Amino acid sequence: MSTSTIPALHGTTTVGLPVERAFRYFTESFGAWWPADYHIGQADMADAVMEPRVGGRWYERGVDGSECDWGRVLAWEPPHRLVVTWQINGEWQFDPDPAHASEIEVRFTADGPDQTTVDLEHRNLDRLVNGRAIADTIGQGGGWSSVLETFAKAAADAADAA
Amino acid sequence: MVTYGDASLGLLGDPTRRAIFELLARRPSSVGELAEQLPVSRPAVSQHLRALKDGGLVVSQTEGTRHVYRLNPDGVTALRAYLDRIWDEALAAFHKAAEAAATDSEEHS
Repeated sequence: MSTSTIPALHGTTTVGLPVERAFRYFTESFGAWWPADYHIGQADMADAVMEPRVGGRWYERGVDGSECDWGRVLAWEPPHRLVVTWQINGEWQFDPDPAHASEIEVRFTADGPDQTTVDLEHRNLDRLVNGRAIADTIGQGGGWSSVLETFAKAAADAADAA
Repeated sequence: MVTYGDASLGLLGDPTRRAIFELLARRPSSVGELAEQLPVSRPAVSQHLRALKDGGLVVSQTEGTRHVYRLNPDGVTALRAYLDRIWDEALAAFHKAAEAAATDSEEHS
């Protein structure tokens, strides 16, 4: 499989909020709803922040005050559209090289006065993949295993909550 | 509710299959080695491995007389499947939190 043709990921959900509030809740309260187990810093995550402007940072803050970047804001068009980069590589680290930045576009569509559909696309995944590094990581059970441990914990917690 | 158009990504939604995927991320293993670490039978492990293999997440190779399974070394499909799980959980969490926020504002208005 060519690494330049990884299909984009899509997700959608519908919430009982007017479109303006849905956009605001998604962005301003990002740290409140994001599953805290998905983070890259060494310290437990205290908050995750999306700065409300083009060029703004998207980052997590640890309980010890340390900050880890996830990406940058590319488009900020409240209340309908948002594009951010996801620059977390296969070793679960921030990659500052813009050439390695995948993109996440989130669209907010009003279905009615109090209902909004949120569509998410994660694209340019090929830019994340520097194939050799990921293959090595999987082979050695390094960063990838750490990710999976985090993931396993999140899955177990979700199962407990259900 | 969270829905996806790409059904093949649902592969890691099954807890046993995810457990197999996680074990293989740590080290390549045979069916028997996997079955020893899981509360399921060898035939069940084989069935899950077949699904993971068909989905491109794992590959198998023959070492002497045994088949050894490992994550697909190009990493691409596995990474994509993993990211898909993240978005699945993240959007479900957003949905849940936003619904709670909507209920709060109704009660307060």
